[in-house]
Amino acid sequence: MKNPLESLPMTVIMGLAVTVVMVLLVSAIGG
Amino acid sequence: MELEYQYWAFFVRWLHVISGVMWIGLLWYLNFVQVPTMAKIPDELKPAISKHIAPEVLFWFRWSAMATVVTGLVLAAINGYLMEALGLGLTDGVIKHTAIGFGMWMGLIMAFNVWVIIWPNQQIVLGLVEAEADAKPPAARKALLASRTNTMLSIPMLYAMVSAQNLY
Repeated sequence: MKNPLESLPMTVIMGLAVTVVMVLLVSAIGG
Repeated sequence: MELEYQYWAFFVRWLHVISGVMWIGLLWYLNFVQVPTMAKIPDELKPAISKHIAPEVLFWFRWSAMATVVTGLVLAAINGYLMEALGLGLTDGVIKHTAIGFGMWMGLIMAFNVWVIIWPNQQIVLGLVEAEADAKPPAARKALLASRTNTMLSIPMLYAMVSAQNLY
């Protein structure tokens, strides 16, 4: 199976997904 | 005295932002421009990239990464939240420290990738160090995946940095 990081659009989409997860974690930990 | 402290905190932040813009700018140049364009460049022109442009890019890329980390750590230290942020705000429950802490850890991981994975493997790919010809394809793949990991992490890292400064 191809690594999603080989695709630039997938890299950006994963970056946005990680951002959402991180915002939720920041709210859970710091809120 | 208060003004002096404020000025130096601002000055280090300015250096941090300048270094970071250069680092992430070059990271995005590599990922959004150079790498996707290489396949379209005629073979006889490729050495212009591999022999001249890429080594120069990688020089400024790795040293701006170093400068960003150093100025960022100094900034956090003089602002008095270095350990709290590295602890993701778990020790003091301050959400600003949680946010900046996520950004700091992602920045540290990215700088590690630059110096420990991308740069050594790019030296092999670009022929800057002695290596067997068959060492180049795996080195290129390692460098690409580490660079893409950094591109992916740059998105939440910048959100964390900017939100810590402006939202919390």
